Amino acid sequence: MSAVLSIEALTVALPPGADRPHALEDVTLGLNANEILCVVGESGSGKSMTAGAILGLLPEGVHATAGRVILDGRDLLTMTEEQLQKIRGARIGMIFQEPMTALNPLRTIGDQIGEMFRIHTPLGKAEIENQVLGLLRDVHIPDPEAARRAYPHELSGGQRQRAMIAMALALEPRVLIADEPTTALDVTTQAQILKLIRELQQRKGTAVLFITHDFGVVAEIADRVAVMQRGKVVEEGRADEVLNRPRHPYTRALIAAVPPLAPPPPKVVTGEPVLRIEHVSKTYRKGGLLSRNKRVTHAVKDATLSLPHGGTLGIVGESGSGKSTLARCIVRLLDPDSGSILLGGKDLARLSRAEMRAETRNIQMVFQDPFASLNPRRKAGELVAQGPMVHGEGRAKALARAKELFALVGLDPNATERYPHEFSGGQRQRIGLARALALEPKVLVADEPVSALDVSVQAQVLRLLADLRERLGLSMVFITHDLRVAAQICDRIAVMKEGVVVEEGPTAEVFTAPRHPYTQALLASVPGRTWTPPVSPDAAAEPSRPSAEPALAP
Amino acid sequence: MESLKRIGKSPTAVIGLILLILVIGMALSAPYLFPRDPLSLAGRPLQWPFANSRFWLGTDTTGRDIAAQIFHGARVSLLIGLVATALAITIGIVVGAVAGYYGGVVDDVLMRVTEAFQTLPNFLLLLVLVAVFGTDIKTVTIAIGLVSWPASARLTRAEFLSLRSREFVQACRTLGMRDIQIIFREILPNALPPVIVYASVIMAVAILLESSLAFLSLSDPNVPSWGNLIGTGRSVLRTQWYVSAIPGGAILLTVLAVSLVGQGLNDALNPRLKSR
Amino acid sequence: MRILLLALRRAASSLPTLLILLIGLFLLLQLAPGDTVDALVAQIGGGDPKMIEELRRFYGLDVSVAVQLGRYVWRLLQLDLGFSAIYGKPVSAVILERLPATLLLMGSSLSFAFAAGMALGVFSARRVNKWPDTIISTLGLVFYATPSFWFGLMGIVIFAVHLGWLPAGGLEEIGAGYTGLRRILDIAWHLVLPTLTLALIFLATYLRIMRASMLEVLTLDFVRTARAKGLSPGRVVSRHVLRNALLPMVTLIGLQAGTMLGGSVVVESVFALPGLGRLAYEAVVQRDLNTLLGIVFVSALLVIAVNFIVDILYARLDPRIVT
Repeated sequence: MSAVLSIEALTVALPPGADRPHALEDVTLGLNANEILCVVGESGSGKSMTAGAILGLLPEGVHATAGRVILDGRDLLTMTEEQLQKIRGARIGMIFQEPMTALNPLRTIGDQIGEMFRIHTPLGKAEIENQVLGLLRDVHIPDPEAARRAYPHELSGGQRQRAMIAMALALEPRVLIADEPTTALDVTTQAQILKLIRELQQRKGTAVLFITHDFGVVAEIADRVAVMQRGKVVEEGRADEVLNRPRHPYTRALIAAVPPLAPPPPKVVTGEPVLRIEHVSKTYRKGGLLSRNKRVTHAVKDATLSLPHGGTLGIVGESGSGKSTLARCIVRLLDPDSGSILLGGKDLARLSRAEMRAETRNIQMVFQDPFASLNPRRKAGELVAQGPMVHGEGRAKALARAKELFALVGLDPNATERYPHEFSGGQRQRIGLARALALEPKVLVADEPVSALDVSVQAQVLRLLADLRERLGLSMVFITHDLRVAAQICDRIAVMKEGVVVEEGPTAEVFTAPRHPYTQALLASVPGRTWTPPVSPDAAAEPSRPSAEPALAP
Repeated sequence: MESLKRIGKSPTAVIGLILLILVIGMALSAPYLFPRDPLSLAGRPLQWPFANSRFWLGTDTTGRDIAAQIFHGARVSLLIGLVATALAITIGIVVGAVAGYYGGVVDDVLMRVTEAFQTLPNFLLLLVLVAVFGTDIKTVTIAIGLVSWPASARLTRAEFLSLRSREFVQACRTLGMRDIQIIFREILPNALPPVIVYASVIMAVAILLESSLAFLSLSDPNVPSWGNLIGTGRSVLRTQWYVSAIPGGAILLTVLAVSLVGQGLNDALNPRLKSR
Repeated sequence: MRILLLALRRAASSLPTLLILLIGLFLLLQLAPGDTVDALVAQIGGGDPKMIEELRRFYGLDVSVAVQLGRYVWRLLQLDLGFSAIYGKPVSAVILERLPATLLLMGSSLSFAFAAGMALGVFSARRVNKWPDTIISTLGLVFYATPSFWFGLMGIVIFAVHLGWLPAGGLEEIGAGYTGLRRILDIAWHLVLPTLTLALIFLATYLRIMRASMLEVLTLDFVRTARAKGLSPGRVVSRHVLRNALLPMVTLIGLQAGTMLGGSVVVESVFALPGLGRLAYEAVVQRDLNTLLGIVFVSALLVIAVNFIVDILYARLDPRIVT
């Protein structure tokens, strides 16, 4: 098969002062008609730069210095801006990650899709309107007529991404570049969008360059895979080859870091419940006295859960399910409307602010965003020492203890004098963990602690969490949207949907025999659920990764 | 330190700093270079600049030395600017911090008051305050401070609103920290840079407000003020225009200096914007 | 419908603001040394205690502060601004006479500052960090630092005294008896310098905000989408960037309406325009507090009205604003 689009020995230079001289180095890729080629890599691997380089949409100061990008026998890199404008949209369509910000908020969906025809074709107004309606129907948007007149903010995330796809495919381009098109979406929406992309690609024979960081997505959609690391393609091949028999050590390490969807054999947790959440509800009221439409959102409805001593309770759900609200209620960042949160004989929900401040010794939280969760103006050691100091510890002693905690979470104890921006994402997350552990809490509430991390770093932090739990006898509430992560770390799982806990039980039970239809739907939506990451010899040698057994697929 | 280096690299900031140091130098040297009362009769009225070596910037309608008034005027302008700005920023930060951190009813009430202040044209309110409390220099300074705080309150509030939901602030709360400590020791240092940059705008406006008042002879007549001198020159504008022109130039340069330094600070504190 | 509802709601929400303002003003007056009667008595050169007491009763100053406040607010709500002793007629009549000149000056200055600021801002942003941008940005800073009254005076020296191109002051040629179009042209002629003078500082602000706003919007994701669609750079700006970049500019009009009204005090004094600002100045000089407060009240209403219009405009521009 001949390539529709071929990238030959492409090198893209970064401006001086960047962390490396080249964003891309000697990248060669061929994209065939009627196939999906997944370019996969961690952040900073240059996968998005590849997409930008093809269309001449690189950030300022970044430009291609060598190589060719051939489409229909012509080199895109040597084209003038005017020539490129005729290619963009018409010959090569593009979809982006964040469908909210990728659409102009002030113009209607129909107007923005129609613009494709207005700039590239001589079609009249009525004809364009027809075409737009047809496209919206093709991407299965409910009520295309209404969607055409809607503004982006009036659609849901999934519908917006459908509109984006309609726009990118409006002129039936031979090549579609999709840059992390499902990363910002919930897992069930992601499954639908992936299906849609596959369907349209097959119907129109489009060649799709699909950029992603998620091996599950790769397993779901790819015909061929190219793995990138620091600007270079390290491995390329047929999807099942790369996924199941990776050759390059980097690919092996990456794939080994992907948590299998099958939970490890259950650990017996017999302890008394250390934390009991009973009938907790929380509603948000929007709009004040003068606002016309007061909205009441039931973020959490009558949630009852219990966390056994030494166990890990996972709370999983999609965005808006109320899982984060529940976590924040537990540590009293939010005040629940009703219900009780029982910890060590005290009902946290009934405590006054001052009493709760004292009670923070026993329950601590780890946050999601490694960048936003540390005050940029305080030294790392100080951040960790703050908790004990608030609770009456002397400064010198607290700082000395911070060094010990640094060692405990696998950081250099001499790094306490540095500021947060000098650490990487994974290291910052370790600082956040050290901060929470400094108070020696009985219960740790972790709100999506690994969601913002690359997969290899994610695996390390998860291992650290599991290890600390064993050594310190911690009990943990673990909030996540990622079922793979939940399967690996949680003893029990609670599934939340629209504020309600729809199912709760031992992890293995929930994963192998889900009772609630929503749980079944969630599990069915996990990308690459039929693929079990092979165990690489070096990963299996790790003792703290207990069972990477390629066991039972659900 | 990093920020200071960046200020040194920005040409606008350097020019601004040089101008500002010049004006400060004028203010500091005024009592030594012109030890006499600048508002006393010095010589024959309406002498053109450079016509008499004793009065190198000439004399005004009542025979006062213009150069002496310019130098002493620098003291007045800078002092009023600094004190009024400090007052406005302090009020603004406290109101904005409390409103932004606590939200809800507190926020509603404070923002209504702020809005009320912003609905009143600030110069008109200044006129009312001066009409009611008199034109003493202290009164004028406080009045200028009082009409200038709402914008800094809004700015501080906006910063607090976005910062209070940040995870590091929530982390402080989960550690059991008190509100006062969170507001002033954790959030404020992060909210301060844009407010400090905005202080330069307030100071520039404060200097302009004072000179406008003085121009209308509604400021303290017993202190040498550039605006006052411009007002004096109005009666002879058609012939001896320099009486008005010279102090106007002084105001322009001072306000320009303050704005340039402010912009330099902005570039240094928000490097993201500069690199574009 | 959505916009109308929004507008009404916004108008209703400005009522508490107005009330706070009125109470604040009233209390401020209570702080003033001496009341109306003292001022009157001082003006007529003293009086016996009995007459003073009668005057107090006549002006309603013999009751408690709370009752006075109630009456004061009630009067203002009926748009009764009291009586000006200096002009010998109701304050509202005096203000109404002076309002047109100020509205004219504000309207022309605002339009000029907005249009020129926008044009220069767009021009500057499209050549960011090149020499035209540097020149425009520097000019903006200089404009911002120029005291308006001084700019006005220098304008008079150059264009009226030396060149004789423009009139030095006044709203129109007194006694020329122009009518119709001729009169309109005459007034426009007289307003050129005052408009420029008042607009200068706002031009500088609009220019700066427009430039920053353009640069900000240009980094947003949908601009990349627009480029990926194959739009030319010019069309990306005109079809996608401009309207988004205009939003902060529109907000600014509302925020600065008050400042502009304040600025008109000085400009009207420089150019001897018979407007509200000059009236305010005269009221301060003549210690006519009734008139001064009337002006403050009307100005506040004016600012609220401008903000009302701005809100509607904003809602028209931005579909995300919901009632």
